Amino acid sequence: MTADPTPGAPSTTPDTKLEIRDLDAYYDAFCAIRGVTMSVRARAVTAIIGPSGCGKSTFLRTLNRMHELTPGARVEGSILLDGADIYDPAVDPVRLRRFVGMVFQRPNPFPTMSIYENVVAGIRLVGRASRSELDEIAERSLTRAALWNEVKDKLREPGTSLSGGQQQRLCIARAIAVDPEVVLMDEPASALDPVATLRIEELIAELRANYTIVIVTHNMQQAGRVSDETAFFTMNEDRAGYLVEFGPTREIFTNPRERLTEDYVSGRFG
Amino acid sequence: MAVIVAPVPDRLRRARRWERRAVVDRSMRTLALACTILAVIPLVTILAFVTINGITALSIDLLTRSPKATGVGGGAVTAITGTIQMVGLATIIAVPVGLLAGVYVSEFAGRRTAGAVRFCADVLVGIPSILVGVFVFTFLVLPFKQYNAFAGAVALAVIMVPVIMRTTEEILKLVPGDLREASLAIGVRRWRTVISIAIRTGWPGILTGVMLAVARAAGETAPLIMTALGSRLLNIGDFSRPMDALPLFIYANARQPFPALNAQAWGAAFLLLLAVLIINILVRGRSLMGSRR
Repeated sequence: MTADPTPGAPSTTPDTKLEIRDLDAYYDAFCAIRGVTMSVRARAVTAIIGPSGCGKSTFLRTLNRMHELTPGARVEGSILLDGADIYDPAVDPVRLRRFVGMVFQRPNPFPTMSIYENVVAGIRLVGRASRSELDEIAERSLTRAALWNEVKDKLREPGTSLSGGQQQRLCIARAIAVDPEVVLMDEPASALDPVATLRIEELIAELRANYTIVIVTHNMQQAGRVSDETAFFTMNEDRAGYLVEFGPTREIFTNPRERLTEDYVSGRFG
Repeated sequence: MAVIVAPVPDRLRRARRWERRAVVDRSMRTLALACTILAVIPLVTILAFVTINGITALSIDLLTRSPKATGVGGGAVTAITGTIQMVGLATIIAVPVGLLAGVYVSEFAGRRTAGAVRFCADVLVGIPSILVGVFVFTFLVLPFKQYNAFAGAVALAVIMVPVIMRTTEEILKLVPGDLREASLAIGVRRWRTVISIAIRTGWPGILTGVMLAVARAAGETAPLIMTALGSRLLNIGDFSRPMDALPLFIYANARQPFPALNAQAWGAAFLLLLAVLIINILVRGRSLMGSRR
């Protein structure tokens, strides 16, 4: 579906990286999210919170068109990346994913590959690069993912030999190695222990300088700690998720406009 | 220091039926053990028989000479080379077909297509192998009015394809979807993800499937009877003519009234058993190594 050119200028400001307009996402006939309209600021962290099953992950997966990989899944509405509709038929979803990367809930390094090969997998499996370019990309990505010092002497060892927290940082390095502009994170710390979680949170704070980050989290304290803006989702009686409130994180947590948000952030439900 | 222990209270006490339970328990265990032994006896006996009779029949002649055109003597080199050639060609034919079919069913086919193809493959695995022989006979022997080794290799390939296809599919299904998603999420194309992530991760298992199919084909007799026929002449590389194979050699020589030829059959049987065992042990070793990692 193409974006209908809205009368007048688009509401997109230079500061807006992603503009989501009236987005519905379906699995066959089941509507998983309905009518989401919000914007994601460039070089900021946007957190998506809400109870289980409210479509947070589905929403995240519509942002890099991973959603449609599920058989029967489809989307209505539009998502603008720097003002251009990513659901325009002329868009190649594979190329889109070079710009909008993703980190998953469970660390998933490629088991047949070494640490080094994992980081440069996105480069190697897509195009060609010289040895020195690859080396440089690997070092830069691992440094940015705050993992270089821990692995620089064992780059040839399998990626799966690392601890869970290190594996997740390896996956972040792999995601940023292809130089994306947006990084989507689907509960990136929920499978990790508190110390590893803290390191991931510190890393997110650092990555914020260079990337636009959208993070789904179950953990409200985490959303409060890492994000600049927060979107609170919940679901209807028909189990379709929708956006209740979106705004600066501080506002959402201290002075929400909606009763539902207040109940959720104060722990009264969800 | 003495510990004062209370008497066992009633609620913890053994029931009166305890003795009977113990008897039933012991007899059922014994029965299960007996059945286990019964199940293993044929295997052990076959191994022992073939080994004892086969080792004494092994000789340089058996490994290096053709059967005498008439009478008794010579060796099984016709059958050894024939099995290697036909199983080799069958592998060359069956691996690409089985592998790609397995990849298609696992990675690309819709649910219904996959189900239909899987059903066909399962039926094909269970089909009596003599029927495969008859089938290939009508297409590759009758038109040429000549039994030929190519038809033999094709018949063996028909046996191998569904085995390779099903193992490939099952192995690819074991590769976590997470990994495919991780690859797609960094902007890798679907075909590249299938090759470099799914197949590469499942490769040891796929190879195991191929080796099991090879072992199966090497031991097949029925599909060869009506295709490659068997031959007492050494045939290297001429797939348009009949060719011998170890199972055919065993079948032919075991029926002869000469003890010397019967001994050759035992020798050939031992070689075949050895080959199949080695392949199986290699496969076990591989999967053991795989699971340790």
